[in-house]
Amino acid sequence: MGQDCGDTCVKLLTGNDLATGDVTWWTGDGWSRHIEDAVDVGDHGEALLAQETAALRVNAAYLIDATATPEGPRPAHIKDRIRALGPTVRPDLTRKPADPNAGSWVI
Amino acid sequence: MYQYDKYDQSIVDARVDEFREQTARRISGALTEDQFKPLRLKNGLYLQLHAYMLRVAIPYGTMSGRQMRMLGHIARKYDRGYGHFTTRQNIQYNWIKLEEAPDILADLATVEMHAIQTSGESIRNLSSDQYAGAAADEVCDPRPWAELIRQATTFHPEFSYLPRKFKIAVTAAEEDRAAIRLHDIGLKLVKNDAGELGFEVYIGGGMGRTPFVAPLIRSFLPADNLFSYCAAALRVWNRWARRDNIHKQRIKILVHDLGTEEFTRQVEAEWQEILPLGTDVPRVELDRIAEYFAPPPFESELSDNVDRSDPDFAVWLDQNVAAHKAPGYAIVNISLKPIGGIPGDVSADQIELIADIAEQHSFDELRATHAQNIVLPHVRKDRLYAIWQVLRDAGLAEPNLDLISDIIACPGLDYCSLANARSIPVAQKIATRFADLGRQRELGELKLKISGCINACGHHHAGHIGILGVDRKGTENYQLLLGGSGAEDASLGSITGPGFSEDGVVDAIEKATNVYMRERAEGERFLDTYRRIGMAPFKEAIYG
Repeated sequence: MGQDCGDTCVKLLTGNDLATGDVTWWTGDGWSRHIEDAVDVGDHGEALLAQETAALRVNAAYLIDATATPEGPRPAHIKDRIRALGPTVRPDLTRKPADPNAGSWVI
Repeated sequence: MYQYDKYDQSIVDARVDEFREQTARRISGALTEDQFKPLRLKNGLYLQLHAYMLRVAIPYGTMSGRQMRMLGHIARKYDRGYGHFTTRQNIQYNWIKLEEAPDILADLATVEMHAIQTSGESIRNLSSDQYAGAAADEVCDPRPWAELIRQATTFHPEFSYLPRKFKIAVTAAEEDRAAIRLHDIGLKLVKNDAGELGFEVYIGGGMGRTPFVAPLIRSFLPADNLFSYCAAALRVWNRWARRDNIHKQRIKILVHDLGTEEFTRQVEAEWQEILPLGTDVPRVELDRIAEYFAPPPFESELSDNVDRSDPDFAVWLDQNVAAHKAPGYAIVNISLKPIGGIPGDVSADQIELIADIAEQHSFDELRATHAQNIVLPHVRKDRLYAIWQVLRDAGLAEPNLDLISDIIACPGLDYCSLANARSIPVAQKIATRFADLGRQRELGELKLKISGCINACGHHHAGHIGILGVDRKGTENYQLLLGGSGAEDASLGSITGPGFSEDGVVDAIEKATNVYMRERAEGERFLDTYRRIGMAPFKEAIYG
């Protein structure tokens, strides 16, 4: 799905931690649970995906489209925004349980 | 209820050991994800949006207080303090760590539970009537037959690598509380004119992308031939199933493509081949199993009178308590649908409380329902008020059984990697819009079911009102269906027209209920009125 984001379009590499299942994001030199730490992988996504999967540092990894914003990258698809934040119906279980407006970022 | 013998326990324990080794090999890298995925799925372990999800089997929805308490223990120790009861009478946990999954299975095995065949291309957890053994309208308790099929098919090599998942339901009552005609095989126990026990056999029902109501394949199958006949149907399916196309692999597609008559002919022919082989389970084994389902020692000469002087209790009594076949007893439905809550979710504390009540007041028995509620099947009427007070204080006494706020909803896009749209927020908004209990009761029986994708885990095809969440160019959109039923008058809902936003679908439902209130005849439910007047007045109100 193409994005209408112009120069702010980025590609992120995401997956799950193998042992815990936690959602993780590629930071350039490792993996983070927080999408704010994610970096644009540009054209290196497929190579990174293969490298990190082979090294067992990530499971079920895939590349997504996102938009760069001052607050950090925002995935193009709602499914990935929910993955990044947590279930919208349980704010207490999200990555930002203290932020009452966190859910609006998803929608 | 059924208790494991040494064989049951040994195979479950062996499976735990096997999965522990497989998990270790995956974490070490000895197995790739492609190699490991079918192994974890054979143990109910999925990888979902936020973590691994474990689906635990509750055979035909029946469990003891001890087993229920274990479900609470798992929620507290390994998850985030809650579990989610599903439309297959199972429970699933959303925040499981792979490295802890073998320990969870080991804990489950200590109370005769497991996660075997809760996913993958296998015969899934059998479902049944949540009122089994207590219902006033049943010819007998259907669960011994469900247990028999469970035992006969668990790890059965012929049924371990099926073309696709396979779902069986068994009931024995006039009222269909298990949606049998929306299963791959639906079995209804009946008695023939000679008083002999047998099954009406329905094959080829299902929801999902291509929904069908199962046709009647055999009007009377002698009860002793249950296994061989099911095996014949599975063999015919195994022979012809479209393994080349995932969307056409279910038996419903085969029944539809062959036609009911030809499919029936092939099953009957196959059955005649199997019958002489003597594969049916001996009656003595069924009798052994049935002993575990003997009625509990009901007390006699109990009063049927209940003090209704507390008006809130009286409403709950009328709405959530059903007739029991034993005088002085009742069936209690515990709603897991508080207004604005998450359908089917229950906290570890609530799980343990329900386990306590079951042990003290329901002969240590509980049932999970396909409508994502819990049933205490055998409760003395003179204890109802005390039980209601405890449930009320724990947020478990919403008096909304079968009303518009008793919504079935799949986890949807909040948790599920297959979903296209969120289901739970829609359910919460509808329940909140119709929160007024007087209004709900005025609307009467109205089964509302929501799925977040075409796979239909939320049974939207079978809702009097159904909602299907779809992805429209990256935005959630909701199609509205009217006229479905999963009961003995089974039918599939029809789409009203163009879809809606999240708020728009709530408005549309309110308009539909307004049409019903305006047009209904004496004694008609929403579904009855829809069937009588058709879609047109509803469409006009919704889109006009």
